[in-house]
Amino acid sequence: MNLFFLQYKPSVNALIYGLALTLCCFSSAFAESAGVAVAGNFRLTAQELIAEFKEVSGYSLSMSSASSGKLYAQVINGAPYDVFMSADADRPKRLEEADHAVAGSRFTYALGGLVLWSADERYKGENCLQVLQSLNFRRLAIANPNTAPYGLAARQTLLHLGLLRQMDGRLAVGENIAQVLQFVKSLNASIGFIARAQTYHPNIGIGGCRWEVPEEYHQPIQQQVVLLNRGADNIAAKEFMIFLKSTAAQNIIKRFGYKLPAVRLKSADK
Amino acid sequence: MPISEWFLETGPIWLSIRLAFVTTLILILIGAPLAWWLSQTRSVFKTAVEAVIALPVVLPPTVLGFYLLVLLGPAGAIGEFWLQFSDQSLTFSFTGLVIASIVYSFPFVVQPLQNAFEDIGSAIVEAAWTLGAGPLDTFFTVIVPLASRGFLTAAVMGFAHTLGEFGVILMVGGNIPGETRVISIAIYDHVESMNYQSAHRLSILLLVFAFCALFLMYFFNRRWRYQR
Repeated sequence: MNLFFLQYKPSVNALIYGLALTLCCFSSAFAESAGVAVAGNFRLTAQELIAEFKEVSGYSLSMSSASSGKLYAQVINGAPYDVFMSADADRPKRLEEADHAVAGSRFTYALGGLVLWSADERYKGENCLQVLQSLNFRRLAIANPNTAPYGLAARQTLLHLGLLRQMDGRLAVGENIAQVLQFVKSLNASIGFIARAQTYHPNIGIGGCRWEVPEEYHQPIQQQVVLLNRGADNIAAKEFMIFLKSTAAQNIIKRFGYKLPAVRLKSADK
Repeated sequence: MPISEWFLETGPIWLSIRLAFVTTLILILIGAPLAWWLSQTRSVFKTAVEAVIALPVVLPPTVLGFYLLVLLGPAGAIGEFWLQFSDQSLTFSFTGLVIASIVYSFPFVVQPLQNAFEDIGSAIVEAAWTLGAGPLDTFFTVIVPLASRGFLTAAVMGFAHTLGEFGVILMVGGNIPGETRVISIAIYDHVESMNYQSAHRLSILLLVFAFCALFLMYFFNRRWRYQR
């Protein structure tokens, strides 16, 4: 009994010290840190941006990634995020209008591009657009047009090409753009509309065919960022918003396959 | 309400019911012999087989969904065979969902049946044999009626569990109206696109159904227990 007690007591002490230490770490981290909610498609780029931001400013940010729709729902229900980087312009705008975000902080940080892509080696050397137009495929994967900005752009592209009707019975709809890539990569779908940024992923492999969708085939995929109410007085969060407009940040964004809005005037983003 | 809109609203309900019905039927057909074998055997493999059957209870739907997507896909073992055989791909199809649901709901059908069979005991079965009943005869005229509670539980659990399936279907379904957009996926869609009212309507339907099914199952189980 005694022996057991002797063995036990130090571990309790250690536990208390450990807990105290952890709390210290957390509270000091909270002081100069911020939470960033990032749309799934921008995850890799955001990782790089956050690393670069830490180099220049010393602030370390924590990142949470999910679909824009989910993050939006989390934010209106009080999730602990300071900055919201959405894959669209609609959700940040709604947050601003509903007083969940700081008015006037919203701007477009990247323009997304759409790519028709296949992982099937059968299509090697072929033109992906021709594959689509000749209906020489079993399934075309797109993201859900009702919930995912890249899905909406894919739908608009099909409409522009006059092919939407013919896609009946040939579509496979992914919950988000990441699942679309998963469908195409596992060959479950012969071709699919994915984000250009996804083709920059190191594990993408050699595709079968590829077609860059011209920008005028769909409405621009404006990815907007907004400072949330929780981050209104957070220095790290506010600095990060400024950092996103810097040349260093823009170079990273471009390197991952995004474009930047032509004119960076405040009125252009409204 | 125009017909197309009506179908959008109610289509997933009928599809879910069809999927649950087909899945439960097949599960009872393959589950009953397997459960009987498990209840009787002294084989060294029994424990291993039981563990494999129970896997879908503990594995996250993402694991099942991921493996099914690979296996059922055109490059996967089952999917490739199916493609040559029927010229149809298994993923994003109703048939694919039936296969996925069979895997997903397997333990919920086999385990109640096995328990029911084990409760019967060997005395009655041996009595039937000595009275000259063959194995099939014994199974259908003695064992099945005695295990009817087990069959009811298995059918209700299999049906309700398939109706509530979400993660696996999200991964292999592809959200195709009339083919793979089942009720749980439709609810998810409504929530994601902020159609909270439609989400409410479908959710409350599922909630009421689940309660009624479970209530009836417990109700009948209890009555039968008192009768015996």
